[in-house]
Amino acid sequence: MRSQFSCAMTAIAAALLGAGHASANSVDLTMYYPVSVGGALTEVVDNLVEEFESEHPDINVEAIYAGNYDDTRVRAMSAMEAGDTPQLSVLFSIDLYELIEQNAIVAFDDLIETEEEQAWLESFYPGLMENGQLDGKTYGIPFQRSTIVLFWNKDAFEAAGLDPETPPENWEEMAEMAATVREASNGEQWGVMVPSTGYPYWMFQAFAFQNGHRLMSDDGTEVYFDEPAAVEALEYWVSLATEHNAMPDGTIEWGTLRQNFIEQSTAMMWHTTGNLTAVRNEANFDFGVAMLPMKTQRGSPTGGGNFYIFEDASEEEQRAAMTFIRWMTAPERAAAWSIETGYMGVSPAAYDTDALQRYVAEFAPAAVARDQLEHGTAELSTYQGGRVRRALDNAVQAALTGQMSPAEALSQAQREADAALRRYAR
Amino acid sequence: MNTPATYAPRSRFYYSLPALETVAAWMLAVIWIFPLLYAFWAAFHPSEFMVNFELFAPLTLDNFKNAWAQAPFARYYLNTFALVTGVVVAQFVVCTLAAFAFARFPIPGKNLLFMLVLIQLFVFPEVLIVENYRIASDLGLINTITGIGLPYVASAFGIFLLRQTFKTIPRELEDAARIEGCNWLEILWKVYVPLAKPTYLAYGLVSISHHWNNFLWPLVVTNSVESRPLTVGLGVFSAPETGVNWATVSAATLLSIAPLLVAFLLFQRQFVQSFLRAGIR
Amino acid sequence: MNLNAHRTMQLYGALLLLPAALLLSTFAYLPTITTVINSLFLPGFRGEPAAFVGLDNYRVLLDDPTFWKVARNNLLYALGTIPTSIALALGMALFVNGKLPGRGLVRMAYFTPTILPMIAAANIWMFFYAPQIGLFNKLLGALGVSGVNWLGDPSVALGSVIVMSVWKEAGFFMIFYLAALQAIPPELKEAADLEGTRRWSFFWRVTFPLLMPTTLFVLINALINAVRVVDHLFILTKGGPNNATNLLLYYVYENAFSFFDRTMAATITVVILLVLAVVATLKFTILDRRTHYQ
Repeated sequence: MRSQFSCAMTAIAAALLGAGHASANSVDLTMYYPVSVGGALTEVVDNLVEEFESEHPDINVEAIYAGNYDDTRVRAMSAMEAGDTPQLSVLFSIDLYELIEQNAIVAFDDLIETEEEQAWLESFYPGLMENGQLDGKTYGIPFQRSTIVLFWNKDAFEAAGLDPETPPENWEEMAEMAATVREASNGEQWGVMVPSTGYPYWMFQAFAFQNGHRLMSDDGTEVYFDEPAAVEALEYWVSLATEHNAMPDGTIEWGTLRQNFIEQSTAMMWHTTGNLTAVRNEANFDFGVAMLPMKTQRGSPTGGGNFYIFEDASEEEQRAAMTFIRWMTAPERAAAWSIETGYMGVSPAAYDTDALQRYVAEFAPAAVARDQLEHGTAELSTYQGGRVRRALDNAVQAALTGQMSPAEALSQAQREADAALRRYAR
Repeated sequence: MNTPATYAPRSRFYYSLPALETVAAWMLAVIWIFPLLYAFWAAFHPSEFMVNFELFAPLTLDNFKNAWAQAPFARYYLNTFALVTGVVVAQFVVCTLAAFAFARFPIPGKNLLFMLVLIQLFVFPEVLIVENYRIASDLGLINTITGIGLPYVASAFGIFLLRQTFKTIPRELEDAARIEGCNWLEILWKVYVPLAKPTYLAYGLVSISHHWNNFLWPLVVTNSVESRPLTVGLGVFSAPETGVNWATVSAATLLSIAPLLVAFLLFQRQFVQSFLRAGIR
Repeated sequence: MNLNAHRTMQLYGALLLLPAALLLSTFAYLPTITTVINSLFLPGFRGEPAAFVGLDNYRVLLDDPTFWKVARNNLLYALGTIPTSIALALGMALFVNGKLPGRGLVRMAYFTPTILPMIAAANIWMFFYAPQIGLFNKLLGALGVSGVNWLGDPSVALGSVIVMSVWKEAGFFMIFYLAALQAIPPELKEAADLEGTRRWSFFWRVTFPLLMPTTLFVLINALINAVRVVDHLFILTKGGPNNATNLLLYYVYENAFSFFDRTMAATITVVILLVLAVVATLKFTILDRRTHYQ
């Protein structure tokens, strides 16, 4: 990539970078990014970076794959602590509070210089901006963003005597249909699986929101885990296994769930839309994708990773990082990224591109995540996020494994979260 | 440490096992090796045969190709190789010097000092990850191969082993060398080191397998492909969250253990003997 | 030797020790001391300076039910892995010490898991343990038994982790027993045979007592491993479900690097250091009475 150093700078690059950067000095950027779904995502990112570099010979981007979201945050923070700060990174959208608390990142509002850039900043789906904004400023730009969707196996539905084209609309239907599949298969196949390792709090948030309940305050200083609507949501989740015999007991592994669906050991699964392309490539049966079922309303938290720019980078590097992020989130790239992975096109303009229009026309599930966005809610994000999420994760797992009742588990999580957030109350 | 260092003398007495025990011994062996064989099976077959065993399933190398393409294993190999070589060489130098001092020099409070050194047998770098991480960070060693290896260089275990060996070397040899005009370093290099060769071999093999396999500290101290050793690369690659295809994970797993495994199968006796002689890692 | 020469020797000795001393101080002694110090302070909130709080952090730790759960897990993990791997190791050694067709192969099969990285072993076992599609449940299913959620059921998960550790460890301990067995003079066995002693009682009355030092040695190593090796958790369970498989060192890692709570991490580290100090004392008093350091 560096060999293209001698190439003449393209007009586009010159225009984006402004006259001040017309010299041949190149800028080196380091970026950490996570992958949390199947498929050769690192390859996709590497290819995108390579394409960017050939269009912008004066910017070198080193993209470092660092594991899942948690690992990536640890690596980026550790590099920062060692004085080797990356200039930008894709990190969990919900890392916002921790990054701000460590004075690690800058607001995009402070970097913006032109009206064109302002327009770019306003071009994304508002639902995807929620997790990246605090006190009226934008710190995170949506990139590998997702919502939870319901994948269902049409063949299995048919075999169980259900209409293969009709996914469950609400909680009751989902439990019934799942139980029907289970029964019809003579216990060979499970009805539904909702992952409860990896990101249990995320799945739980979907249940809670469908029941009309939000789990945290807007400023990230308070959580509401133990209110009746939340308890009811967890009770429903647990009942899928205990009452309806539609979901296996114990926890369900996030990572191997896709494999379970592919192997047809479950007829339905809840999973991130980021898995869509991998499922499409691997499934040798007919499947559909639908919005999650509702209780009082539809709903799914958004999830996934945002671009952040780091405070310690020089002004020149921050400008170069802006160039890169704008390039990566431009409608054509967002469309290509969405097609390659299943993650959402992050702006309405992405869905207006020919490529994505054609793709959606041919493969309808690709639009489900977008359509669900209007029922979206911000992902659980608070100060002391690691501890708070872990408290909720543990509660979900304790309830699902029968160690505690949902009400007990959630009130314990509430106590733990309150203790962690004690010092942050405003 | 106090284990007898004899292993498989040729002329020893064998009692024969009753048939039942022979069967039990073999069954246990099959159970023990099965996971590895299964990984082999999975790595060389298309992923749909991972859970549906079929004797004549088609063989394939695709899983290895995929693994190789999806993660920079070549770089991980290089890093692990550099790490292991660097650590072992540095350990040899530092531990030889210290062991020599403990074995032959009149140092005030020597026994107390030696006990202090032995403490490191229990307080190893990964228990102190938090503080060692901070120190590595202060020294600018984060994300470097030096950073992974340096905390292990002054190995109490190496010092202990070499000191034991040096103490068994007769003084007369040393005196003879001195009469020939050798200075201390020459004596160390020409008398002690050559006579301790088996100890170096044993310690070297143990150290190589330990550092080839080490995970927690390298995980904490590395950030990127440039310094990640194989174990950390493998961990990052196959973390369940990524939902990587199992057959590919099997292939990646085999890729990362292959060199050590092959070395072990070729030099089984040396390995086993080294572990024995070394006693502890 | 005159005084001057003695001084020179002392100087040389000190110089030879210097590199090791520097490194040990930097990565063993100094961090131990700072860990203890850090466990006595609470870092400032939003820019305030750190405050000395005495033993407060320990009080918080002792009030933390998760800590007790993790400590209990670690104890169970030790109790689950150590006696089993020692017994298996001894059995294996007795097997391959006898006349056995294919002895070399059997010995190799026992020992091979030892040289794998824990991470690789965990990857392999992950396939076995996966519910529904994993090998174990496929096998159970073939027998008509409904599957177990090996890593997802808190009452089973720790056991699953223990089984894998035993698999990984037993072969390593076997070689020490094997060496010890081979050092037992064959005359003892011949004499016993003449007297018509049964094998079983020969084992309990002669072999086992003779192997006692080896058993102690293996025990110490197994104890250390039960504290220091947590690599497999990163792949298998991440300490879950609901902390059912969390171990002390992994909990330190989580506190330090997931929760950014270095103080709590330091406090738990001190607990681990205390445990190791007990093990070390055990070793230096009981085991080394038989060893000659001089």
